[in-house]
This record gives sequence, C-alpha cells and structure tokens, in this order.
Amino acid sequence: MRYSILSLLGNALRSHRRWPAAWRNPQPKEAYDVVIVGGGGHGLATAYYLAAEHGIKRVAVLEKGWIGGGNTGRNTTIIRSNYLQDQSAHLYEHSLRLYENLSSTLNFNIMLSQRGVLNLAHNEHDLRELSRRVHAIRLNGIDSQILTPDQIKAMVPIINTSPDVRYPVLGASLQRRGGVARHDAVAWGFARAADALGVDIIQNCEVTGIRRGDEGVEGVETTRGYIQANKVGVVVAGHASVLAQMAGFRLPVESHALQALVSEPIKPIHDTVVMSNAVHVYVSQSDKGELVIGAGIDGYNSYAQRGSFRVIEEQMGALLELFPIFSRLKMLRHWAGIVDICPDASPIISKTPVRHLYFNCGWGTGGFKATPGSGHVFAHTIARDEPHPLNAAFNLDRFTGGALVDEHGAAAVAH
Amino acid sequence: MSEQRFRLAQGGRIDRERPLRFTFNGAELTGYAGDTLASALLANGVRLIGRSFKYHRPRGIFAEGVEEPNALVQLGQGASGEPNARATQVELYEGLVAQSQNCWPSVDFDIGAINNRLSFLLPAGFYYKTFMWPKKWWMKYERFIRRAAGLGRAPTGPDPDIYDKRFAHCDVLVIGGGAAGLMAAQAAAKAGARVIIADDRPEPGGRLTGTRTIIDEAPATEWVDRTVADLDDAPEVLRLQRTTALGYYDHNFLTLLERLGDHLPSSARSGDRQIRQRLWKVRAKQVVLATGAHERPLVFRNNDKPGVMLAGAAQAYSNRYAVRPGSGAAVVFTNNDSGWESAIDLADIAGMRVTLVDVRSELSNPRRTLLRRHGIELLAGHAITDVHGNKSVKKVSVAALDDAASGYSGRHRKISCDLVCSSGGWNPAVHLFSQSGGKLSFDDQRGIFIPFESKQPQFCVGACSGTLELGAAILEAREAGKAAAAACGFKKRASAGALPEIEQSEQTPIRLLWSTPSGSGGRARSKHFVDLQNDVTVADVELAAREGYRSVEHLKRYTTTGMGTDQGKTSNVNALALLSQTLDSDIALTGTTTFRPPFVPATFGALAGREVGALSDPIRTTPMHEWHVEKGAVFEDVGQWKRPRYYPLADESMKDAVDRECLAVREAVGILDATTLGKIDIQGRDAAEFLERIYTNNWKKLGIGRGRYGLMCTEDGMVFDDGVTLRLGERHFLMHTTTSNAARVLAWLEEWRQTEWPDLEVYFTSLTEQLATASISGPLARPLLADLAPDIDLDPKAFPFMHWREGKVAEIPARIARISFTGESSFEISTPAGFGRSLWEALIQQGRKYGLTPYGTEAMHVLRAERGFIIVGQETDGTVTPIDIGMASMVSKTKDFIGKRSLSRTDTAREDRKQLVGLLTQSPTEVLPEGAQIVDREGPLPMPMIGHVSSSYYSANLKRSIALALVRAGRSRHGESVVVPLEGRNVSALITAPEFLDPEGSRARS
Repeated sequence: MRYSILSLLGNALRSHRRWPAAWRNPQPKEAYDVVIVGGGGHGLATAYYLAAEHGIKRVAVLEKGWIGGGNTGRNTTIIRSNYLQDQSAHLYEHSLRLYENLSSTLNFNIMLSQRGVLNLAHNEHDLRELSRRVHAIRLNGIDSQILTPDQIKAMVPIINTSPDVRYPVLGASLQRRGGVARHDAVAWGFARAADALGVDIIQNCEVTGIRRGDEGVEGVETTRGYIQANKVGVVVAGHASVLAQMAGFRLPVESHALQALVSEPIKPIHDTVVMSNAVHVYVSQSDKGELVIGAGIDGYNSYAQRGSFRVIEEQMGALLELFPIFSRLKMLRHWAGIVDICPDASPIISKTPVRHLYFNCGWGTGGFKATPGSGHVFAHTIARDEPHPLNAAFNLDRFTGGALVDEHGAAAVAH
Repeated sequence: MSEQRFRLAQGGRIDRERPLRFTFNGAELTGYAGDTLASALLANGVRLIGRSFKYHRPRGIFAEGVEEPNALVQLGQGASGEPNARATQVELYEGLVAQSQNCWPSVDFDIGAINNRLSFLLPAGFYYKTFMWPKKWWMKYERFIRRAAGLGRAPTGPDPDIYDKRFAHCDVLVIGGGAAGLMAAQAAAKAGARVIIADDRPEPGGRLTGTRTIIDEAPATEWVDRTVADLDDAPEVLRLQRTTALGYYDHNFLTLLERLGDHLPSSARSGDRQIRQRLWKVRAKQVVLATGAHERPLVFRNNDKPGVMLAGAAQAYSNRYAVRPGSGAAVVFTNNDSGWESAIDLADIAGMRVTLVDVRSELSNPRRTLLRRHGIELLAGHAITDVHGNKSVKKVSVAALDDAASGYSGRHRKISCDLVCSSGGWNPAVHLFSQSGGKLSFDDQRGIFIPFESKQPQFCVGACSGTLELGAAILEAREAGKAAAAACGFKKRASAGALPEIEQSEQTPIRLLWSTPSGSGGRARSKHFVDLQNDVTVADVELAAREGYRSVEHLKRYTTTGMGTDQGKTSNVNALALLSQTLDSDIALTGTTTFRPPFVPATFGALAGREVGALSDPIRTTPMHEWHVEKGAVFEDVGQWKRPRYYPLADESMKDAVDRECLAVREAVGILDATTLGKIDIQGRDAAEFLERIYTNNWKKLGIGRGRYGLMCTEDGMVFDDGVTLRLGERHFLMHTTTSNAARVLAWLEEWRQTEWPDLEVYFTSLTEQLATASISGPLARPLLADLAPDIDLDPKAFPFMHWREGKVAEIPARIARISFTGESSFEISTPAGFGRSLWEALIQQGRKYGLTPYGTEAMHVLRAERGFIIVGQETDGTVTPIDIGMASMVSKTKDFIGKRSLSRTDTAREDRKQLVGLLTQSPTEVLPEGAQIVDREGPLPMPMIGHVSSSYYSANLKRSIALALVRAGRSRHGESVVVPLEGRNVSALITAPEFLDPEGSRARS
C-alpha cells in the first residue's frame, strides 16, 4: 500500500485496521544470490539498491537483533557532506543528494530537515582548518561558507559568543544543506522498500560463521541454520572485526563506545545543528523537542554498548559553555553505540581477500549521514564485483599502500 | 487566598502551623509545609494540570511520586525557570510559581486540542506516511510539528544556581529509604559496615508514610522513626534524603543526585553560593537495591482524564498529605488486593463514597464482609468500560466481564464519581538493577519482571525484588544487609534485634488484565491509553504489531511509548504485555526495552558541576603571564595555555604591532616567552637508544653540551612532532616538543617504552611547568646577554649554534641554548620557574638600550615562515611525511625508527605527493587566506585541487606577502604559476622555495 495522505484518510475510516505490514517476517531460504549481514541502515540500503538498481532479487538481510537496532538507532542523526578530502566529499555529497529525495524514493517520510550545520572554531588553529575545509568543499561544488561570531549569533541567538568564555567562539563553517533526519525511519523506509522488491529481511538471525571454498565465499552459518550465498556483503559496524575474523582476515579497525544523550522535550529553541570539535559536543533539537547531544568517544576498546560517565560530565561542561541557558534542562536518557574506527577515520567499502565477500565498515562516528550513499556504492561493488568510482579510494589495500583518506579533522569528534 | 477545600480536618504529615502561599496559572493558593505541589493542588481542588504531548488532552495528577506521567509543570520563571517539573515531586515552598505547559492560550482552552479531534488521523507513526507531498513542503509541515511538540520552555538566561559534585566510597550503598532499605541499612550498619543510604523523598519511610500499615502494633511510621534514629546515631552511616540514584555503572559505581535547594523559597536560595543540587559519585563494595515498586495502572477507555489516578497514589494523598483526592464519590478499579487497601483508606480516611470494581470474581466471603464494614460497594468480576466527563471525571460506565475477559456480559451501568482509581498490580522498580547488567525473569502468575541474575556485587530486596508482602520484605532486607556487610568483611555477629511484627492478611491472587476489552462492536481501543504522557493507546500498540514493528524496541520507537520524561514507569510493562498479546507470544520472550540511565531526568548543570566557565578547562599560564597582562598583550589559546599573540602599543592595530615586532627581531633584538614549549626530561641507560628509535635522525653520537633538531613520526610515517633535544649527559636528555602536543608526546613516549620496548631503561618526566624560558633573538641578542652573563663565553666559536651552556644570567641560575626558530641568532634562557619573572624583567631592563622588543606568537609565526620553518599541525596535518616537507636529510637511511617502513609504501614513496613550497602572489600586498586551495587553472566546479595554503602573512622584513603551501609535486614546480580561487575572484601566485630569507641559515649561526 502506498503511503499518502489519501491512504491515511482511507485507513482512518477503517480504524487503521487494514494497514499491511511494512515488511514481511519471512523464514530464511536455503540459498540467496546475495546475503547482506547486518540489518542496519547501510545493510538495508545495500539490499534495496541491489534489488532496485541491479535487478538482483534473491537477496536476504540477516540481522542478529532487530533492524536498525545498532548505530542506526543510536546516532545523533546529523547529515552533512562538509568533508575535506575530495574522495570523502564526493561520497558524502552523493549520499546527501540521495537523502534529499529519499522520502519520495522510499515512499516513507524520513523527515530530512535541512536546517543547517555549523562547525565552530575556538582558536586560531581551528579557524585555519575551517577555512581550509570550506575552500576545499566549495571547489568540490558543495555548499559551504564561513560565519563570523556575529553571524553565528544572528543564526543561533542562544549560543554564547562572548569573548570572555574559556574557549570563545571565533567563527564557524556553515553547510546550509546539512541537517538531521529521523534515524529509525531511514532503516524502516529502506526495509519496507527492499521488502517490496522481494528482499527477505530476517531478524533474530545471527551469523556465526562464514563458509569459504576454493572459489571464495559459499554461505553463512547462522543461529537459524546454514544459508548458501553466491555473494556475501558484511555491514555490521562495531562488530566488523568479529566478522572479519570469521572470514579469516584482520581489519585495521578499532571498536569504541560513542555516547549520546537526549534532554527532556522542550518547545523549539534550537533550530540548527551546532558542532564543536574543540570542546567535544554537538547538539540539535529533534522534532519531538528533545535536545540531541553527542560527545567524544571513550578511549578504550569495547563491544559493550555503554560508556563511562566521565564522558557525559565533560560533554555537559562543554555544552553549558556554549549554551548557558541549557543548564536547568534535564538529561532524559544516555546510551552508547559501538563505532569502528579506521586509522584514517575514513570507511572501508571494499572487496576483501576472500572472493565474493565484501565489507562495508569503519564509518567511525559518522556513518548515519552516509547511509544511502554507502548502500548505493556498496550494492554496485557487490553486483559488479568492482568498486563504484566513488568508493574506489575506500579499499582495504590503502592501509598497506598508504593511500589513506585522512579525515580526522572532519569527524565530529577526535579519534 | 483560597481555602483548601479538599484538605482533611486531621492527619497527614503536613505542618498545619506553616501555611505556604503559591500560585498556579496565576491563581493564588495555599498549602502547607510538607505538601508537594501535587498534593497542594489537590487540596485546593485543582484537577486540570496540563495537556498531553500529542493530542493535547486535558490531564491531571495521576501518581504521587517519581512515576508521574501527566502532572508536568513549568516551575519558576525567567533564568531560573524549569520545564517539565513533576508536580508530585516538587516540594511546596513559600512563593512557588508554577504554570501548565504545552497549552495555548490556556490549559482550560487549548487550541492544540484540535489534535484530539483529529486523532483518528494521527495514529502511531502517521508522520512516516504523509507530509511527503509536495516534496519541498516538509520543512513547512515540520515547523508546525515542532511547535506542537515539546513540553515546557527552556529558561531564558544563564542559570543563577551552582552545582556541586562529590565522590564517596562505602562498604554498603543502600538505594531506597522505605521499609526494606531502612532495614537493610540498619543490619549492615550493626555489623560495622560503612553505609550510605539514599532516598529520593524528603523523609524516609517510603510507602509506609502513605498507608496505615501497622508494625509492632503501632503505626509503621513509629518503627520508621526508631530505625532512622538508630541509623543517625551510627557513626559510619550517611543518610541522604532528597537523593535519587540516577545511574548504575560498571564496578558498582553509582551516581546519586541530591536536591539541596529545590525545596527552599527563592529568598533562601539566592544566598551566598547556595548549592542547588549535588551529584554524588559513589563506589560501593556492595549495593542493596531497595527501590520499591511502581503501581501499574489498568488500561481502560478514557483512562487519562483528570480525576483518573493510581489507587496507591490516591491512598497516599489521603494518608500522607491529608488530602481528599475527589469531592465525594470514588470508583476504585482493581485486579489485585492493593486496590482494596486503597479503597478502604479512601472510605475511612478521606470519607469518600467508594465503589470497588474488581475484575476478580472469586472473592471470599470474609473479604466481602470486610468491604461492607467500610461501607464500600463491591462489583466483583466487573470492569470499567468508559470514563465520562471532559476536563474532569463525571461518571464511569461499568459492566460485568465475561469469563475470558474478552468482552462484557449484562448491561452497562453508570456510576457518578469524580475520582477513578486503578490498580493493575505493582511493577518492581528494576531500573537500576537492569542498568547494572542484571537479567530479569518474568513471573507469569503475578505478571511482573523480577531480578533474576546479578552481574555485580549487589542484593535486591523488598518490592524491588518482587517481595511485595511487608513482613517478607523486611526479613529479606535484614538478611541482605547482613550478607552485604559480611561480603565486605564485617562478619561479627551483631545482635540484629527482633524482627518487627507485621500483621498478615488474607491474600487473593491477582487476575492479570492488560487492557479492558473494547466491548460490543469491537471498536478500536484508540482511547485506551497505555502511555499517558506520549498518548499511546492500545490501538497504537496493535497497529505497530500489525505493521511489523514486532520487536519491543520497534514498538517503542514507532509508537513512542515509554519515551516520555517518565521513561514509561507506568506504561512499559503494559505496552509490552499488550504487544505480546497481539502477537500471541510469550511476554518473557518479548522482553523489555533496555533500561538506560538516568532513573529520573537529571539536571544538566548538576552533571557539569563546577566544570563550567573558567573552570571548564584548566587555564595554564607562565610565570611571566602577569607581565604580559600588564603590558597589554593580546592572548591566544594554544591548547590550555594562554600565550601572548602580540603586544599592541596604544592604538596600534594587530598588523602594525606584528610588523613592528618582526622588524625589531631582524634589526635589533626581540624577546619571546617560550615557556609553553613542552619539555620532557629523559634519563636512563638507554636514553640515547630510545631517542634513536623515536626520532627519524641519529642521536647516539650527539655530544654532551649539544642539541639537535628532531622529527618524530607516527607508525604510518607521518610527521607527529618536532623540536630540539639537548644532551645533558651520557644518559640524560631534555626534549622540547610543540606547545599543544606536549602531553601527547609524553604519552607516546610512555606507550612505546611500556608496551613495545620494556627492555629499555629510560624514564620520562615532564618539566614544562618547572622551567621558565625566555628566548632572545636578533643581531643584538649576544651583546644583551653578554651584559647579564659575564661569566659565559658567548663567542660563536666557544658557544656555537645548537649548543647549550649553564651559568648565571643576571645572577639567576640558567641554562642557555642556542636554538633559533626565527632564523636570527638566538639564545633560549631557561631557569627554574620561580625565577622566571625575575629573569624576564632583568632581560627587559637591560634590553632597553638595545631596543629589546617583546614579541608574541604571531610575529614568531611570521619570522619562522620567512625562514621557511614549519609548524607541526599547520604545515603538517597527519598526512605529511618528513620528505614532503623537504627534510629528507633528517631521515636516516641506516637505522630503524618509528614510521620508517611506512615511508617506503607505494603511496608514501610517490614522487608527486604534496610538498612544501613557498608561494608569492603577484601583488605584494595580497595576503592569501590560510586554508585557501590551489588549482592549476580556474575552471568549472568541481575544480581539481593540487594543494593548499598552510601559512600566509605579510612580511614587514621582506616588504611583501609570503605564504607556505603544500602543492602536488611542488618541489619540481618552483617558478611555475598557480591559481588560488577565492570567493568571487582568483589570485595567481608563483611557486618558490619555502625559504624566503637566509636560506643558508647563516644568521642563526652567527
């Protein structure tokens, strides 16, 4: 059933009892052309584009828990493409453009809200880096500009631009097309659209082994039995290194907890996204009214989806420096996701040493914004057995050859 | 001032001698000390408190404590306002001002209530299905959605209050000051353990203060008072009231929030540094969770109207606050015994005419008789089918349930009343237990989740562990208290005292009913509210299940159930039970959503504590800092340091000041405070070997008395830090690092020493703070220093470049190093920090006759750029090798060092990498912006970029602008022209060598 105001009206007359399931709940089949391991946004998007653009219909997405339950449902929902290096700028911009049409592509309102993303500078070094990034982004054909403290104040009146604070705001970059989207809806929208094209979305199905033969990958062992597959794409974020181990190779990724929190809902007060790398905090306000706040990663490696309280305390200090009027608001909930971070803070979307086994990982703290783009180029990589031009640079070989795509400065948080 | 019409003539734990005035929505009202805002509002007959989140339905007070979903108010005004305060937890104080939220123009007449009329169009997740056409309009739709959402309003100014934090350690931490918590604390304390007991209410006793429980043949509160007195006498017990446990983390680390000022009138708060809230960070050997239980509402049609309340809450208002929660007639709807107790108290204490509607039909005769004795009418096997009334309850409809509770039999009867109480049983408050990693099990009989398997050293006692019966709870708590103390090593057999005597009463098992049936016609249960705050109904839960949102986490996210400020304390179990029912699956398998901290919303300010403002990050200053301040220096933040950027004279602009400072250094002599550079003392048998591995160049043969510039790389061969290291002795070096990298370099050295090369004997000590350094630089530096250090031979032959000497400068012990970052003849003079300012002033005084000019970081940057010296972090960014910056000669071919292998990788060995060059604009006055990108030629976007400007200045010495840049294959392109596209115009520039001045470096050596 197509979603629209008309179908909503029609169903309202039937007390909403005729809405079909957004996706089926199928049993796993014996064999698939492609098995995607990981039912997060990236995995579901990959499955969708495999079916929609490459005509591969026998596709399954295997999810150990519930779809969208990993970092897709834990991030701070920020979308932007203001990256320094050419390769990343083009990849994230590709993703942003897909996002701009995603609600209608998927017929599911993902609530993309292009309310502008500001990255603040607090010292001369920050300003220089900001300027470098804005110049590069502009020449890559992506919108970006520098704001003075007065312009920042005009745009975000509640921000403290006083020169007397510990780390005054000296400037910012602004990407107007940046913003936020409803993270769960991205997963659900891709799931529904993929399901409609025949993709089997199989939840509560954990992959426990990857079977390999002389010709490459043969299938996956799961908690629901062996599933044969011609090709396997792995998109499991924080647990990528675990799956790689099953396939017999190692990845240059480290898994860390990244924490986030929300405030109680309040009436609209903060209409943009503000990020500060120097003091380690980023904040937006959701449509529900909650302030959505992120911080830096925990320093140690972990697979546990919780972080240390110390990080929350530091993040609050930073937040209140920027927004003193938030002091009496209340934290409603804090949580963590596990991010997989590469040495150059850029992702891996690549073929692997095992033939017909593909990995998409290493998105670190910034994978949500890449969801449709990542799925799109990963589907291409799997279907054609060669990378899309946009992800050619993000191969595994770069860590041996040295052609890194260094984006430490572009990440929201220091790695 | 109005009378308190609903205040009972006697009883309650309020202080009738202390009336307090307050205003709600502008109306002046009175309550008593000991009231909460909720009890005071009820005493004044105020029923309509606010509007719900989504449908803006009228809402009243639903609960009496932390679990309240409805009665959220805007407290206070202006900068000290607080949105979303739970009226049930706000203690009344003189002058309290509260307002309804989420309504306009008023709570009585709220425009937003149109949503309620349209609610048939707005089921769970409706927004995912619409607002997609026309595409561009989403941002318009969104504006309306945003305005309708949210609850209260943020304060309008910076917080006038301050917050505090404290660390504490104890043997046994008890959470909860009810019967079980007190008993456990007492038992642990008697055994000799150090105990902290935290209770979220103003006074201990928990639910005992809200009931008429008898202990030892007297009111239970007497037992509470005795036990508390006992605890307060114990020397090692810390009792914290108004203190809520927020989070339970690994290794028995818990956070508690103590409210110190929230209950005080504003006159007592704005006093001298009064602390509003204090965050306790407690590490306990053992934790006893006595967090009690939250009553679960029954779900029935229109169960959200003002006047519908939890039965236990209504009972507590009568007992604890002497408030009659309704005007005359009450209907109590229950499926378990606690509803009976509430009904009896409403009849006896509040003097209400009570009808008890019990879904159970098999009730014993003695029990039926008991009710009759209290004048209560019983409708056994019945359920409420609807609640009537608009902004308050007027009537309820009841009917007999059929055997399967799937429909009704017989006719519906209407009962007039303005209070409807419901009890669906009690959910153990397992939040903290679950946060701690504990696993829950589901008790099918009682329909509750109970703690099953602990992951941390802890005990769950009383209602929190599912032990709802008081006598058993107290026994369990005493045993847990003793066991917790014993686990901490307190095994002495203290007399635990006699167990209090508690009367047993007859029990009838609960009859689980997750929602009343919809009745004839099978209407969707779209007014059967599950989550009152977020307006989630039974129909929404069913819709989610039907649409495939089958995981409990999907249910939560799709319907928003449990996502309100109450985090679903009254709704979660009902919601997931209804989901299980809809999917015909096992509740135990459905499970709960993850319990996340905090247990109750926690003030941001309290989480930040004192680490705001100037204390948000330590400020580091040098011993000469005050001198810089006195001379009007403009500072810049470099890491945590404050460094003088330039010293403007009178009305001088930054450019003029920097030009003057730069000229002075080249023509006479300048002085720079170089204290902030990182200084690491390196000693040990293998110190030289260690440096050999860390730096790219050779160190073993460096003579004592000399210094050498070094570059260090990360494993991937990229430049990480640079600086001059002096050899002080055979086994002793002093390393200089960049200012902002000092801590990272020290950690880097330690990491390699400890994890990779434990066989090396070498030790590191940071001396950054211990030494003050003044650098004098310029052609007149030597005569100036000669005046002050007559004992040191400064002749270049006796004291050559890159050497150091010790001696006295102006009678102050000093180490002098001939290091130059400006390209001029320079002397870096270091002295113990305590002498720093004396040394500085001696130099300044003596320097007058040489035209000594203090210069800041900006001039330093210009001077070094004139000479072509890099700054790590400016010319390098983690992607630049030593070869890229033209320092191939610094990279040893013979030895191994960190990063060496990486330098031969295919990409790192490429000839056309970005390389350091100089850049000269055609116009000598055009100063390129730093960070500008460089292209071969202008063209359409996207334009292929070949490099960027890393440093760019106007050089007063060269009388033109200069820039350093990293350009692809730049070293082979000297003399070529490139374009720097700026916004709206393009600037062409010439690639040159990066050294603009004295490329041989003869001035520094002279």
